[in-house]
Amino acid sequence: MGIKHLNTKKAVNAQNKKANLGLDIDLSKFKQKTSEVKGLTSLEELQPDIAESARGVGIVENEDSRSGSFFQVDSSVVFSCHKREVEGLEVLSTQESLKRYDWLKDYYYKVVEVDADKYTFEAHLQKGGGYFIRAKSGVKLTLPVQACLFIGTEGLLQAVHNIIIAEEGSELHIITGCTTHPLVSSGMHIGISEFYIKKGATVTFTMIHSWAEDVDVRPRTGVIIETGGRFISNYICRKPVRSLQMYPVSYCVGEGARVRYHTLIYGSKNSSIDVGGRIVLSAKDCRAEITSRIIAKDQSQITARGHLIGEKPETKAHLDCRGLLLSDTASIHSIPELSAKAQGCELSHEATVGKIEEDQLCYLMSRGLTCDEATALIIRGFLDPEIPGLPIHLKQEIRKTIELISEKAM
Amino acid sequence: MSLLEIENLFVEVDGKNVLNGVNLSIEEREVHILMGPNGSGKSSLMMSLLGYPHYKIVQGKIRFAKEELNSMPIHQRVKLGLAVSFQSPPEIRGVKLRDLVRLSAGVPIWDQSKEPEETFASPFLQKVGLSPETFFDRDVNVGFSGGERKRSEMAQIFAQKPKLMILDEPDSGVDIDSLKMIGRNLGEYIKESHCACLVITHYRHILPYLKPDLAHIMCGGMIVKSGDPYEMFTRIEEKGFCEYLGLCPPGIKDKIEKGIKR
Repeated sequence: MGIKHLNTKKAVNAQNKKANLGLDIDLSKFKQKTSEVKGLTSLEELQPDIAESARGVGIVENEDSRSGSFFQVDSSVVFSCHKREVEGLEVLSTQESLKRYDWLKDYYYKVVEVDADKYTFEAHLQKGGGYFIRAKSGVKLTLPVQACLFIGTEGLLQAVHNIIIAEEGSELHIITGCTTHPLVSSGMHIGISEFYIKKGATVTFTMIHSWAEDVDVRPRTGVIIETGGRFISNYICRKPVRSLQMYPVSYCVGEGARVRYHTLIYGSKNSSIDVGGRIVLSAKDCRAEITSRIIAKDQSQITARGHLIGEKPETKAHLDCRGLLLSDTASIHSIPELSAKAQGCELSHEATVGKIEEDQLCYLMSRGLTCDEATALIIRGFLDPEIPGLPIHLKQEIRKTIELISEKAM
Repeated sequence: MSLLEIENLFVEVDGKNVLNGVNLSIEEREVHILMGPNGSGKSSLMMSLLGYPHYKIVQGKIRFAKEELNSMPIHQRVKLGLAVSFQSPPEIRGVKLRDLVRLSAGVPIWDQSKEPEETFASPFLQKVGLSPETFFDRDVNVGFSGGERKRSEMAQIFAQKPKLMILDEPDSGVDIDSLKMIGRNLGEYIKESHCACLVITHYRHILPYLKPDLAHIMCGGMIVKSGDPYEMFTRIEEKGFCEYLGLCPPGIKDKIEKGIKR
């Protein structure tokens, strides 16, 4: 659904269209775009408090270990660059890229519908930034590109639109960190992300969220994977939020396309979280895997979804959802769904939800660990994703985040 | 004062008596064997010494390394030098065996960026015949065979450097090769470390490796007989527990449950 074809009636409907899932958020209570924040020539010029928050979501000021960087504060892109020696990589603001490339309109609101709900429509109205990342044909970037979406103003509505294109045979690793300034307690983040993974290309996308306690978060993600393409999504939510709802949808349209979703949710305090995803296997030999590890503490209420759709024969997919309850007032609701629409699609799921087993705790204590240390060790092990195909830098970021969560879980 | 002193210990689990007045002393460097019919309270004694939840002491005292254990949490008892190997240890997904061996010795989990080649846990695994190449990255007990579990327990308790090891049937459910290896390992460790040892077992095969000083028979939640390990095994093998203890049918089951000794 292109913008141009969106008639007025539809637009009006979209403006008030509630999402199917998650709490309904009144967008009028948030502040719109803030004044322009000054651009930087290097991430090392970031204010120390902003830099520190960003580090918590995997963003480093020293770019030696990154192929490129993007940094947005509120609605202003303050930094976007890629190293000069990296040819075939583009990191731009979405608005800038739309001006630069006329063809990009074919990728704008094509895999996420502009009138899907009021959040997608709000992002269209605001044009509040976001990044365009493109790896050109055959370019293999082993160092990740990092992107930070930062809310620095209390009560702000940030609505970004990201477009990621991996051209034929390319390899692209992205780490996106989303966080708020320590003094910000409420706000809203809407993030449209459209991924186009061409023939034989590989994209890994690692997103770490670390929001303030009264922030509402609505990512809207769509992915198209062509023949032989691979998409690995790692999502980590490590701090309490007011509400988070997302349901990324991947379409494997070419033969042998592969998708993995790994989701780590650490729900605490009063977080209301509804996460999941759908993968549609529309060509032969496609493979998909959804793995979720959910921790629910305090009064957090978490719904974990997953929907695998096999539309063609010789497709195979598995869904694995495990939840760990750390309090009697938290809850985890797991909803796995499988739809087979052709003979010879092999879909399976397993889901377990429960508390840490006492005999595991006691066993570790019998090796000299305190109860807290034993719990942290079990949680760390529970979250450890062991994701194949991730570059070392991303693995390190994920490990670091898991360490932080395990320590905090006490 | 003995290393371990158990005095008239009564323990219940969920309101059911499992120990009915156990008395036992173990001196430093001594090796004791604990035998007895199934359900006689051997494992319950071990769990009570360790302080597992649900094992509630209703009477009596446990003293170890000069401290009273009765209300001490598990990890503190372990820090005093008590180490146990379990009969059927649980599987823990995501926790690496190498890390648990390290933690058993108080060494932090392996961080490749600080220690490119792991050098602490690997020798312990090697020693008990779990090749580090294979077992290094394995989750604790997940997919382990019976023998591998026993060996993994050995590696962990050796790393603990205990004053007293309590081994719950280290020799059951393992093949002959594993049995020999476990026996040899235990024997060597006891010799090198001079630690004391209480071994729960049904079989005599492990005795030559351990060179035990004394054997005890438990029945009905009490120690009902103590003596020379070889002699006792010979008699039990001849007659079985019931006749040896003078508990003849009929009504034998009742008597065992009530803990009646001759």
